[in-house]
Amino acid sequence: MTDTHDTHITGYRFSILIWVDLLILTLLTIEVAQFDFQALTVIVALLIATIKSFLVGKHFMHLKFENRFLKAVVIGVGALFLAVLIVLFSDYLFY
Amino acid sequence: MTAIPQTRPYVNFFDEKRGFMSWLVTEDHKRIALLYFYAVMGFFIVAFVLGLTMRLELIAPGATILDPQTYNEIFTLHGVIMIFLFIIPGIPAIFGNFALPMLIGAPDVAFPKLNLISWYLYVLGGLMALSTLLYGDGPADTGWTFYAPYSVKTGTNVTVAVLAAFVLGFSSILTGLNFIVTMHQMRAPGMTWFKMPLFPWALYATAWIQVLATPIIGITLLMIVAERTLGIGLFDPALGGDPVLYQHLFWIYSHPAVYIMALPAMGIVSETIPVFVKKSIFGYKVIVYSSLAIAFIGYFVWGHHMFTSGMSGPARVIFSVLTFLVAIPSAIKVFNWIATLYKGSIDIKPPLLYSLAFIFQFAIGGLTGLVVGALATDIHVHDTYFVVGHFHYVMFGGTGFAFFGALHYYYPKIWGRMYNLKWANIAFAIFFIGFNLVYFPMLVLGMMGMPRRYYDYLPEFTLPNLISTIGSWVLAIGLIIMIVNLIRGRKGPKASTNPWGSVTLDWTHTQSPPSLYNFDETPQVERGPYDYRNYEQYLQEHNKN
Repeated sequence: MTDTHDTHITGYRFSILIWVDLLILTLLTIEVAQFDFQALTVIVALLIATIKSFLVGKHFMHLKFENRFLKAVVIGVGALFLAVLIVLFSDYLFY
Repeated sequence: MTAIPQTRPYVNFFDEKRGFMSWLVTEDHKRIALLYFYAVMGFFIVAFVLGLTMRLELIAPGATILDPQTYNEIFTLHGVIMIFLFIIPGIPAIFGNFALPMLIGAPDVAFPKLNLISWYLYVLGGLMALSTLLYGDGPADTGWTFYAPYSVKTGTNVTVAVLAAFVLGFSSILTGLNFIVTMHQMRAPGMTWFKMPLFPWALYATAWIQVLATPIIGITLLMIVAERTLGIGLFDPALGGDPVLYQHLFWIYSHPAVYIMALPAMGIVSETIPVFVKKSIFGYKVIVYSSLAIAFIGYFVWGHHMFTSGMSGPARVIFSVLTFLVAIPSAIKVFNWIATLYKGSIDIKPPLLYSLAFIFQFAIGGLTGLVVGALATDIHVHDTYFVVGHFHYVMFGGTGFAFFGALHYYYPKIWGRMYNLKWANIAFAIFFIGFNLVYFPMLVLGMMGMPRRYYDYLPEFTLPNLISTIGSWVLAIGLIIMIVNLIRGRKGPKASTNPWGSVTLDWTHTQSPPSLYNFDETPQVERGPYDYRNYEQYLQEHNKN
């Protein structure tokens, strides 16, 4: 395999910034849990979680450096996960 | 990644290195496959004996040899071992590990060390599961599904049992990941995706399920541990939890896991039939697409395990429709195998017999699956012996038979010796009769209304239970003859490198037993995997002797 580590270097400063963003989003998750959004409660929680996953995937897991195929795989898996959630909520929404 | 070193004299992989330690630290995919083989067979025999014990208890109404609590523990351990330690890893970890690199013209899997770690995790998980017999209040008594809230409340060793399943899940994920990368990166020159044999394709579809679905059961089982140790209240209604959510999460993995069990078996059937018919497989691409379709649709049918659990009406309809959809690609495969047999030059040998039994029994398992997949009929047979019969027809009659078919098929390749074909046929016949004697009466018992998971039953269920128990002894006799014949085969006549006359790379371009890196030089692939035109001339040119 080709060694591409030299192109994957990001500074500590940037990584810490992303980490702080994640902490803020975690606090936001805790804060919004105090409000009752009715049917939207799960969607709000998942929306914040999705943004956090995106930040982790893109920056900490270096997806921004990867080729299209790998990005397509990750997007495909995300779509699968979403589809599973939609089918799951076909139970809870109509109950 | 491993590269084939320059040509050197042939030394088979057994003789490459000697000594116990050389096996414990091996990175050779064939040795790791054998490590899996001995471990899996050990666990299989334990679970088989547990199954025999259950059948013996059910020989007559009332308590015979077990008390109710022991019976509950035994059927749980039987299920956990058979599912997590035999059926899920059996074909991929043993025959996938052994044959995949050879089938695609590679010297090894992509990550040999990871492969060995997978085996160690497997052994650790297996020992953890068995250890539950030895301390505390005994092994889990929940059934292999660990349904909440009972699994949260029971005093038996549920925590260790679910942690065992968690560790085994890691083993499964790592094997799947290894196979995906191997197939993407290490196919021989000329082996395009659609020149790849069907067993690797089946392993590919399986590997994606292993990688994507197994983490869900991992986190779900940890939630059970958290609930038991910290009293969080995820699934226990008394603490505000939702037990139906547990069932959803459990089956989101465990139904796709049924395809982790079935797809590799289908791959073995697709691999063996053309060899013993000397004819190209009918509808190669359709079989490939059906494997991928099964893997994909199989994700969305989990709710059919929960039709009576209190799901919403629309959800039940959706899951029932999706369940019927997944039957289509499965049926396509069956039709293609039969079409391959049509007008073929059929050579009845033990591996083919197991594949034919697979088709017959898997068809019964599949059709009874439609009965439990339909909302109205499922209400009647849910949690009856009909489900036990259906499940065993698919898993044992299907995957179990394919496992033993694969063992008979790859035996001369692994050990370079041939077992006694006559005794193998006799063992198969007894095994086949025994199997159907055990499980067909269960379908009848289910229709009569006998519930599953009880150590006792009403007098009107006696005769089918008696037949089933006698069948279990016939099955055991068949298994014993098979094992003795295979052990004796180790000292049997030397097998030629390609005794079945296959045209896939694992037989045409490797020795029996293969050398450390399988091939003397990287093979160039020019033909399709099941191209049997002028195959005799092709074998003369390529066979190693």
